[in-house]
Amino acid sequence: MSEKILMKGNEALGEAAIIAGCRFYFGYPITPQNEVPAYMSRRLPRVGGTFLQAESELAAINMVYGASAAGARVMTSSSSPGISLKQEGLSYIAGAELPCVVVNIMRGGPGLGNIAGSQGDYFQSTRGGGNGDYRQLVLTPATVQEMADLTLLAFDLADEYRIAVLILGDGYLGQISEALTLPKPTGKVFEKPWALTGAKGRKPNKVASLRLVPETSLEELNLVLNEKYKKISAKECRSESYLTEDAEYLLVAYGTSSRICREAVNELREEGIKAGLFRLITAWPFPAEALQIASAKAKKILTVEMSLGQMIEDVKLSVKDPERVDFYGRSGGMLPETDEIKRRIKAYGN
Amino acid sequence: METKNFKYVYDRPEALVDKVTHYCPGCGHGIVHKLLAEVIDELGVREKAIIIAPVGCSVLIYDYMNFDGCEASHGRAPAVATGLKRVNPDNVVISYQGDGDLLAIGTAEAVHVANRGENITTIFINNAIYGMTGGQMAPTTMEKQITATTPYGRDPMDVGFPIRGCELLNTLEAPVFIERCSIYDFKNTLKTKKAIKKGIKNQIEGRGYSFIEVLSTCPTNWGMKPQEAANWVKDTMVPYYPLGNFRDN
Ligand SMILES: Cc1ncc(C[n+]2csc(CCOP(=O)(O)OP(=O)(O)O)c2C)c(N)n1
Ligand code: SF4
Ligand SMILES: [Mg+2]
Repeated sequence: MSEKILMKGNEALGEAAIIAGCRFYFGYPITPQNEVPAYMSRRLPRVGGTFLQAESELAAINMVYGASAAGARVMTSSSSPGISLKQEGLSYIAGAELPCVVVNIMRGGPGLGNIAGSQGDYFQSTRGGGNGDYRQLVLTPATVQEMADLTLLAFDLADEYRIAVLILGDGYLGQISEALTLPKPTGKVFEKPWALTGAKGRKPNKVASLRLVPETSLEELNLVLNEKYKKISAKECRSESYLTEDAEYLLVAYGTSSRICREAVNELREEGIKAGLFRLITAWPFPAEALQIASAKAKKILTVEMSLGQMIEDVKLSVKDPERVDFYGRSGGMLPETDEIKRRIKAYGN
Repeated sequence: METKNFKYVYDRPEALVDKVTHYCPGCGHGIVHKLLAEVIDELGVREKAIIIAPVGCSVLIYDYMNFDGCEASHGRAPAVATGLKRVNPDNVVISYQGDGDLLAIGTAEAVHVANRGENITTIFINNAIYGMTGGQMAPTTMEKQITATTPYGRDPMDVGFPIRGCELLNTLEAPVFIERCSIYDFKNTLKTKKAIKKGIKNQIEGRGYSFIEVLSTCPTNWGMKPQEAANWVKDTMVPYYPLGNFRDN
């Protein structure tokens, strides 16, 4: 048995990246994710890696683009306003099919908002904040253990599909300290014959999204990307169903809000109310089939978010009889309350 | 005619793809591409080189260079170059950028790559205009110059004076080589090649950041014939953008 250690979410994520073989990190300071660059700046030089504080998030994501084009495992992290600045780069990364891991420790918005944890970037993450027809994988950890485990998974998924994988956490999760077991390297190896390393003994490689002439038509590229996205949707949906088999009242949440929901479910069960929790682990692809199964017996489905209602759209699109879907959310860095969740569930029974 | 004993004394560089470019007649981009390819061959680094294409008329430069190539979004080539170079320091990384790319949308990246002294080479094509988008004002557009977005001529009181890239970067500590050249005549074209060669050699030797500005031509958007455009560089641009070496450490 590996031993348990105590770590902050942001630091566990950083250590997991190093375990995953990430040796390049580029980022720009912003609260509440500052522990990630601080950790990487301490650790990377010790393992022969490179930490570079960029002049902006724009520069950072384009450094990631360059490092990924060179074949490296590379990561950047930021929080909401900084992630907005990375959207152009993410669109180019999608077009050029470059693997990378991007961490968003969400804070309250819009605008400068505040520095408290939030889940207001669900649309931006799952719909694509950059231009064009593209998708990116979105993982939503809920514990410090998952911050680490999903980071390892993120690097493998990024390399396997040549795609950006977004780790969507929030300020609370980044700052919280919990015991975890550090994951072991997965040992997966990915060949990168497309990487730019110099045209020695081979034809020149090109990394680009531009498709001007008919022979390399843009629609063709987009169709190739689309096939990849379909494959990911079929294979990579992840979720957790907690006490859902007989659940008459189903809570749907992810990340920090799912922790509050789990508490509510436990307390409701103690009172004999059949409540259950469906928790996303991937926000894109959205685990629609699993949600259908988990919600099969539910009279009411309460979507709980730290926003004024974003994931609820995917929930409504996924379940049968979407009129069952209701919403409770807090915004601007506020947390949903266990008692309020319980009060609403009980009210459905009356 | 018997040719088997003939010796090639001048040939297409191996680093240049045998392909007709999309550049307009009299455009400086094609000339600089050729110089770069010759330098890459002469220094024997074709198999290590990576060209980063900007967004601008030279967006397809990687199709003309017979070595690895990378796209960058508008203005971000220096950041992309940084990522590439940090991963594989043995590669020879060249960031090729226009004036809009480098001194407008990408000013921050251009200044910071130089300030970090990244061991890369920048070739900066100053044609005093946005070529690709149809001849709008560039940060380097000359005072009174008429463009698609300065129909009454550039008014410095309204939109500022043209920016001098070499002088701006010359305030920084890190760069090892900064030079402004031009391709308006043969003599200056040779000087440009020499500067590019120095810039790439510096990189091979691990010396740090080199910046070569080339005063170039855009006959199409300037509304001139190729020779008139070359003359305009000499008569209008050079007095404001003095040619010469600013730093050679
Ligand atoms: C983010 C973004 N903004 C604007 C454009 C449109 N655009 C393409 S090229 C260009 C200007 C290029 O001018 P310059 O860098 O001087 O290169 P030149 O074509 O003159 O060689 C602009 C504004 C773009 N592609 N991307
Ligand atoms: S528009 Fe100007 S810069 Fe572009 S190819 Fe033509 S001459 Fe060259
Ligand atoms: Mg220009």
